[in-house]
This record gives sequence, structure tokens and C-alpha cells, in this order.
Amino acid sequence: MEILGGLGLGLSVVLTPLNLAWCLIGVLLGTLIGVLPGLGPAATIAMLLPATFGLPAVSSLIMLAGIYYGAQYGGSTTAILINLPGETSSVVTALDGYQMARKGRAGAALATAAISSFVAGTVATALVAFLAPPLANIALNFGAAEYFALMVLGLVASVALARGPVLKAVAMVVLGLLLGTIGTDINSGEQRFTFDIPELADGINFVALAMGMFGIAEILTNLDHEASRKPLTRVIGSLLPNREECRRIVGPILRGTGLGSVLGILPGGGAVLGAFAAYAVEKKISKTPQAFGQGAIEGVAAPESANNAGAQTSFIPMLTLGIPSNPVMALMVGALTIQGIQPGPQVMSEQPELFWGVIASMWIGNLMLIVLNLPLIGLWVRLLTIPYRLLYPAILVFCCVGVLSLNNLTSDVYLMILFGLVGYVLVRLDCEPAPLLLGFILGPMMEEYLRRAMILARGDMTTFVTRPISLTLLLLTLAIILVLTLPRVRAKREEAFEEAT
Amino acid sequence: MRHGLVAAVIATALLGAGSAATAQEFPTKPVTIVVPFAAGGPTDTVTRLVAQSMTGTLGQQVIVENVGGAGGTLGAARVAKADPDGYTLLLHHIGQATSATLYRKLSYDPAKDFAPIGIVADVPMTVVARKDFPAADMKALIEQAKAEGDVITYANAGIGSASHLCGMLLMQALDVPLTTVAYKGTAPAMNDLLGGQVDLMCDQTTNTTSQIKGGTIKVYAVTTPERLPSLPDVPTTAESGLPDVQVGVWHGLYAPAGTDAAVVARLEEALQAAVIDPNVTQRLAELGATPATAETATPAALEQLVTSEIARWRPVIEAAGQYAD
Repeated sequence: MEILGGLGLGLSVVLTPLNLAWCLIGVLLGTLIGVLPGLGPAATIAMLLPATFGLPAVSSLIMLAGIYYGAQYGGSTTAILINLPGETSSVVTALDGYQMARKGRAGAALATAAISSFVAGTVATALVAFLAPPLANIALNFGAAEYFALMVLGLVASVALARGPVLKAVAMVVLGLLLGTIGTDINSGEQRFTFDIPELADGINFVALAMGMFGIAEILTNLDHEASRKPLTRVIGSLLPNREECRRIVGPILRGTGLGSVLGILPGGGAVLGAFAAYAVEKKISKTPQAFGQGAIEGVAAPESANNAGAQTSFIPMLTLGIPSNPVMALMVGALTIQGIQPGPQVMSEQPELFWGVIASMWIGNLMLIVLNLPLIGLWVRLLTIPYRLLYPAILVFCCVGVLSLNNLTSDVYLMILFGLVGYVLVRLDCEPAPLLLGFILGPMMEEYLRRAMILARGDMTTFVTRPISLTLLLLTLAIILVLTLPRVRAKREEAFEEAT
Repeated sequence: MRHGLVAAVIATALLGAGSAATAQEFPTKPVTIVVPFAAGGPTDTVTRLVAQSMTGTLGQQVIVENVGGAGGTLGAARVAKADPDGYTLLLHHIGQATSATLYRKLSYDPAKDFAPIGIVADVPMTVVARKDFPAADMKALIEQAKAEGDVITYANAGIGSASHLCGMLLMQALDVPLTTVAYKGTAPAMNDLLGGQVDLMCDQTTNTTSQIKGGTIKVYAVTTPERLPSLPDVPTTAESGLPDVQVGVWHGLYAPAGTDAAVVARLEEALQAAVIDPNVTQRLAELGATPATAETATPAALEQLVTSEIARWRPVIEAAGQYAD
């Protein structure tokens, strides 16, 4: 009852012309910057911070939140159309989304992404409203040992992302792990593989790496083939998924929403796993795993719903504990602080109109997004009919601007170009960049959590099996390894991989 | 020949007029303050409040640019190497002084490559613990630390962070090495403190006050000479028997070395106006930060502080033997 009262209060806050307008501005801006490669919500919110000084706290948070989840909607657009993921989560969407686009199913892929995001956003917002405090406690019970076990599970499951030979996939994961070791060691302060370049002290920027490996490499590969200098596709095809496809995406959306919601709550890295995990699960349980990587619609629906669900639930630690779970949440904490509100455990009781207003605005915002995005699909798809010689210089410019906007460091732009070349070589060698990116993300976190868990347990290895959550996750990992190595299943899987190559 | 002479005279006149005009009319275009940390953090918040007030005084937009990375040294290096025209400034915290020792391979000299403009604000710190940590007060904590030593874990937000510095001072004063657990930033460290995964931390009031007031963490002391108006019931470290644990995250505004004295004076004027601007002081007070005064928001005061803090932290960091590069 208290919750319904809260939601009522929230709706009364949002349903004022002013706050509705800010919500709309937020989601519009979010969609726009999501579509522009590289320019992410963090840079945009940072630029808009001064503009929020004059607004009431609720209105500014409603707008900033709109930018964030709006960007999740828009972020899949470039991933699908031109294989250019601007954010971690869209890396997975690019795998099958781009293949769908190449087959003239870009419209269906975009519509699937929008519908998945909408369903996930709505369900996850309900979770935030009804279960925020208990869910926040789950996040608090996740210590270093639990995170480590989760990362191990993620890394083992990541092999499922590969569509080439397993050996190459493992090699890519290892290369990613190695790239991830670059930077300052957090415990000792030692510099690793930085060659005294201060710009490398914090490691390689993920966005520079991902945009180079996917986007720039894709452009280089396309320029290589005379044929593809023409428009990417002439076939536009149906803009909406057909009845059969609609039926196929129901399961992936629901499972993706569940996984994404749970992982999204975990600050620091949990959210990243959502999209990867959802994709891996769908591929694992699919009757046609060989279709994944070739334009399987489930491969778009699952990660898209997972990342949008995660985007909503990542508000939980911020709203209930005052702990920002990612850089965007840190900016919102900053915006509130400037407003004179210190995010923390009291926000819910002392600022109920803020807490419930933001939650209610997420529902309204998601509704606005689907209404905005479905008609836009036709327009986006038309972009593909632009001759490639006109399209790619524009993409390159946007990539450079986007990467520069992250930290205002030109070194990030050079890194992106470098990884574009590396990515091109890898494509020529038939090596997949997706496992590399997962290794790059998970490797440093795994190391960090492993060492922290060991420090906290004073060197006692049993800490991983005496803590129930950690034990469960490790047993799950073991089960996956067993399933993978059982002869019969392995034969089937090898077969699947070969068909896919 | 005559032409040459005339040209030289005109050039001299123009040069003279030029520099006078620069100082008088400064600024004629937007001024950028580089914050060497990500947007949204405590230093960023302080900078944005001050920048907004300075915009009014200078009559030109004062823009905040976040150049994060390498513990604030990337942003500082950029300003150290910028044109000394007063249009690129740096707002850095105590890290400006500690980086002189923490980083052995800096590409700039934190003491010599900057023209100090003035101290901006000081953010006090608090010694806090997980909610269910046994020690009831600072005295009990000291006894427990002496008895249990490195069984107690201390969280910090990474090498060179305020929590790392405070931890070094605390362990030196206790003469007990606690087990240090490093995190990437304050948020994950605070998360583990809330979850009871780690025992102690010492961090800025900007990060701890709302948790203290919400009862989710325990507080033992503030690291200032006087008690804080925002936390009147919390004793100081000196009251609790650790007079050496005094540390505040002070913030200073700098121009690159070689900036025209008249330009620095104009910027000082704007900073002086900012630290008494009610919009700034009120918000800083809510954050638990103390704005600088007319005496401390000056080049001389900041220069003196940077010099004394470099000297103060050098032996502490060297004794701990931990460097960031």
C-alpha cells in the first residue's frame, strides 16, 4: 500500500507539464546521442550539468535519467546498422543485429531492439518500485569473493559468444585479458605495460577499444571489398518483425529482462555482464545455436532487454544507498549534490517526491521512447541506402568526436585508430573481437576481486567455497564446464561451430 | 633604414600597449578550468560552484573541463604546459602537493610550473567504520587496533586518494599496520563498508556525511582542529588522542607559471568574490566544506600551502614506501 501511495505521489510529480517536458527532452536527447557513435550518456550529462543548476532537483534528475535510458534505446541503432557499438552493452547487440541488417532485416532488428527495451524497461521499473530496498541488500551482500565467482562464471560462459573455432575464441579471450592488465596496479601502484606513458596509467579506454575493433575495423574491411563500397544494402525489407519472429522473441526478452535486472543491481561490473550473459543463455538453450552470429533475432532481443533492464535497476544502489554503480550514476550523484541533496540512505524517506518521481518518470519515459522510436526506424534504415563513400567519412568523424568527448584526451582517438588496424588484421585472420572485449572487461575485474578477496580473507582460499553465494556461482561454473566437456554434447557443439564458420 | 626604425618604434609601442590591454581587458574570451577528475565527484562539484560565480564576476563564461586520469596528473600536466595567458586554469586538491612525492616520473613540477591564484575550499575528513564494528569510540578503536593489528581492514579509494593519505597518517599515528584494501574509487569502497565486508575508512565528509546521518556507518572522529557544524557530536582526532591525524582535502586554483601578474590578480579578484558568494558558501557548507577566506584565497597563501604540504607529505609517503608509478 505504501508503495502504491509512493507511486501515486511519483505520478503526481511527473504528470506536470514542466516535468513531462523535461522527461521528453531527456529521452529525445538520449536517443540522439545514443545513435551518434561514441558520444555516450556520460559525456552528455557532464556537458549538461551546468544547465541543471537552475532546475528543481526532481526535474533535473528526471531529465538526466531520461538521457541515460534513452541512450540505451538509441545505442543499439548504430550497433545494428553499421556494426558500431558505442557502449559495452551494444557490443553483443552488434553480433546478430548487424548480420540481420546485412540481410535486409535492419528494420526488424531495430524494432526488436525497441520492443525488447520497452518490455524490459517496464518490468525493471516495477522491480525498482516494489523491491528496491531488498534488492539493494543483495548488492551489499556481494563481497569480493562473490564478484570473483561471478566473473569466473562469466568468463567460462563467454566461450559461447564465439562462432569460429574454439581455439581462436580462447586466444582472443586471452589477448583481451592481457590488454586488460595494462595500467596501474591498484594494490601496489606499480605501472604495468604502460611504458611510462601517463595516458596509459588508467589502462586502455573501453570505448576506444570497442569502437576501433568493431566500427573502424568494419570500415577498413568494407573499403577492402570493391563490392561493398556501394550502399550497405539495397533491400530494406519489412520494418517490423513478422509473426513467427514475434513468437520467437518472447522467451529471450523475458529471460534477458530477468538476468539484466539482477546483474544491473550489482555496482561495478555486474551490469556489464547482463547483455553477455543473456546472449550466452539464449545460444545455449537454442535449438539452432548455429544461427547465432548469422542474424538470429533472439540474439538481438536477449541482450537488448538485458541492457535496458540493467539500466533501470542500476538506479537502485544510487537511490537507496547513495552508491553510484557506474560513471553515469556518479554524475547524477554530482547533480544532486550541486542541488544540495546528498544522495544516501535517507533520500527515500526525506525526499519521497524525488525518489518516487524519478521512478514514475521511468515508466513515462519508456512509453515516450517506444512511441518515438518505432516511427524513426524507417528513417534509420534509409541511412543504409546512402552510398558508402559518403557514409563512412561521416562515421569516422563521429567516432573521433565521440571518443574525444570521453576524457578530453587525444590519446584515446589514437588508441581507437590503432585498435581499428588491429581489428582489421583480426578480421582478416577470422578472429572474433567479441571474446576479446569480454576478456578485456572481465580480466582486470577478476584480478581486482580475486586479490581483494584474498586480502580480506587473509590469504585463505576457502573463502570462495565457504560463502554461500560464491559457492553457488562456482558450482554453476563447474556444471557448465562439465556440460561442455561431456563427449556427446561436445560433438554436437563442434558441429554447431563448424556449421557456423 | 628609416622604415626599419619607424617599424621598430611602432612595434615597441604596440607591444607595450598590447600587454597593457591584455591585463586590463582580460578576459576577452571564455576561461577554462581543468578539473583533473571525472565529472560528478567532490572536486568537480566544488569547481562548478566556483566557476558559476566567477562567470558573473569576470563577465565571460568560465567552463569546466574534466580531464581525468593518472590520479589527477594528466589534467595538471595539461595546464602546466598550456599557454600562460590565464585562459586555462587548474582546480586541483591536496593531490597537487602529494603527487610531487607519489609520482617519481612527473612530466611537470607541481611546485614550480604553476602560478597559484588562491585556496578555494577545504573539505574535512571523517574516520568511519562499518555499522557493527565493535569499538564504540576512538579510544576503543585505538585499543582494538593495538591489540588486533592487521586483523582490522582499512579501505581506500586507490593510491593517492584522500582516503589513502588519511590511512597512511592514521596507521603512522597508531603505529599499527592495518590491512589495506584498495578500491577503484570511493563508491565501491563505501559499498563494501556498508555491506560490512571491510572494517575502517577515512574519507571526505562529501562522501560520508549522508551515510553517517542515515546510520549506515559508524563515525569515530573528524580530522579537523575544531568540530564541524555539520557533525557537532563527533569529536576531533585531537580530542580522541590522535593529534597528528589532521588532514583536509584542500582545493587550490592555479594558472600556468609565467602568467602575467595582472591577469593573476584579476583571477584572484574573481576567486575572492566566489568564496564569499552566498550561492557558493551555502552549497559548500551543505557539503561540509569550508570556503577559503579573503586571506587564504590569495596566491601567497596557496603557494605557502603547496610548499608546506609537499614537505609534510614527503616523509609520510616515503615511510609507507608506496608510489603511484
